[in-house]
Amino acid sequence: MGKSLFQKVWDSHRVGTLGDGRTQLFIGTHLIHEVTSPQAFGMLRDLGLKVKFPQRTFATIDHIVPTINQDEPADPLAAEMIDAIRKNCDDFGVTYFDLKSGKQGIVHVVGPEQGITQPGTTIACGDSHTATHGAFGAIAFGIGTSQVRDVLATQTIALQEMKVRRIEVNGDLRPGVYAKDVILHIIRQLGANGGIGYAYEYAGDVFDRMSMEERMTVCNMSIEGGARCGYVNPDAKTIAYLQGRPYVDNDNFEETATRWLSFASDADAHFDDIVKINAADIEPTVTWGISPDAGIAITENIPDPLTAKSPEEKASIEEALAYMKLPAGAPIQGIKIDVAFLGSCTNGRISDFREVAKYIKGHKVAAGVKAIAVPGSQIVAIQCEQEGLPEIFREAGFEWRAAGCSMCLAMNPDKLIGDQLCASSSNRNFKGRQGSPTGRTVLMSPVMVAAAAIKGSITDARELFDLSETSAVA
Amino acid sequence: MALDPVITVSGKGVFIPGADIDTDRIIPARFMKCVTFDGLGEFAFYDVRFDSETGEKTNHPLNDERFAEASVLIAGVNFGCGSSREHAPQSLKKYGFNAVIAESFAEIFYGNSTTLAMPCVMASAENIGRLREAVEAKPDTIITIDVENLKVSTCCDLEFSVSMPESAREALVSGRWDPIQELIDNDSAINDRAKALHYV
Repeated sequence: MGKSLFQKVWDSHRVGTLGDGRTQLFIGTHLIHEVTSPQAFGMLRDLGLKVKFPQRTFATIDHIVPTINQDEPADPLAAEMIDAIRKNCDDFGVTYFDLKSGKQGIVHVVGPEQGITQPGTTIACGDSHTATHGAFGAIAFGIGTSQVRDVLATQTIALQEMKVRRIEVNGDLRPGVYAKDVILHIIRQLGANGGIGYAYEYAGDVFDRMSMEERMTVCNMSIEGGARCGYVNPDAKTIAYLQGRPYVDNDNFEETATRWLSFASDADAHFDDIVKINAADIEPTVTWGISPDAGIAITENIPDPLTAKSPEEKASIEEALAYMKLPAGAPIQGIKIDVAFLGSCTNGRISDFREVAKYIKGHKVAAGVKAIAVPGSQIVAIQCEQEGLPEIFREAGFEWRAAGCSMCLAMNPDKLIGDQLCASSSNRNFKGRQGSPTGRTVLMSPVMVAAAAIKGSITDARELFDLSETSAVA
Repeated sequence: MALDPVITVSGKGVFIPGADIDTDRIIPARFMKCVTFDGLGEFAFYDVRFDSETGEKTNHPLNDERFAEASVLIAGVNFGCGSSREHAPQSLKKYGFNAVIAESFAEIFYGNSTTLAMPCVMASAENIGRLREAVEAKPDTIITIDVENLKVSTCCDLEFSVSMPESAREALVSGRWDPIQELIDNDSAINDRAKALHYV
């Protein structure tokens, strides 16, 4: 019996078994940001500990960065957090991609772009979207702040081994169906808690054909399906993406690449569960509720509590519709939006802006809609400028911003106001997620966000744009 | 670093309805603008406890005087989903909760809570319902969570089995819930592992 990538990486990073039965797992790469790290450094100081491998922790700043003027902290609390990460990195010898570095950005955009994210490695970060790095065949997952302390002090954490579920999506995606739709569909099928205890291996034709950036979009939202980590096996695309990047061993690249590829799951690997999905069944998908598994095809109607299969489901639909202020049983198309947000660690990469730019030329954002486009990193922002994308977005009526997490979670000035409804390329539609306790989020792909911005309402992008030419996965 | 074993936890309970209660709900992101965990208690469930326009208290169970002394939180499925923020269990602890009984938990929240010595045990929907009825009928009901034997009982005839991963149970009852010292003690094994990894 062969091994899955998960098992190979787990076995090669196992330090030992702890008294409570958990594995002490070596964390090869540790990423930190300003929100979940200051308390961990505080704990280190209290315990009189040092950072054991300072060269294996990389820091950046993303959650609280203002996107209009990055250099002006929104308030004294934000300024204190900026000062804290600077001081902590200086005191403990940690590499910090700060606002002046030209390399700052959302931590899950920065890691891959610098080549810090590599196949066959373990990656942890005090952020639940760390599974993004699984797109490279890494075992990457979010941790709490006490575990950030553990990684800083020992480069290890205590962790229960996960089971592995292989999710195979085979066949051809239809035009206008994107990586975001694939993961929203998977979460809808398996539920927001379906992945608890599992690592997800995404496999099959659809993921084989995806670009690295599309794979990142999928892996990013594993946690929204309850899976702490998700990955795609490394292949020629993985190797090509990483070659030449700053933190890659480019002098011994062939040897390195061969080793990376050896981590891919064996053909006869054991999986604890296998789920098969037909690519052609996936439609452009949007959410209607307050959990990421509340997804429907753009052509479907909003659920009606009267058709619920159980009292619990009925109560859950009622709660969601009351919060979202959406009519039961009505089409989701045509629901008015107030804000359109393009960006986040899910969909804030160069390919996302390129794709949207192809279709918004000649269109204008609808009157009364605030539309913002926020690159995921300073490097993405520069690439966009080199390709003339900001002009295209501004011409269409979008505000073009600087790099940060922006309106995904509203720890910075970008927030919904009151019960505004936002068509969002981000990852969470929880109550209050985008900064207003009554703000409403509808998750969708970047091209669908652009279509909603232009129509002023939730729209089937295939009717507004000519998407017939999009490759199976664009 | 010997830690206090967590064998049993007792207290009054409060039921918070709803599935998939996420960590943004438990502690909204704007309250994470801080460099310590101090002071998070008052912000637990803030946006559902207070009306965003009037600032007045809502009819959330945590605003119900009958449950003012509750230290055991009772909830439904997938409690603590979403963000990895340890701010969530930190805020619950500082608010005054010592344990959570739910149908199921999200994984990162679960681990974070265990590390803070706040046991999270899983019970069937039926038993959660019975416990809810018991505390709502009589808010003074004392609930005892026997972590060692995985049982929940009340002063008043209700008793049922609960579950938790064996590693979490062992960590709590043996006083190993914060693993830092054990991790540090394995320093030579860590160094050996690091040497064997090409990229470290």
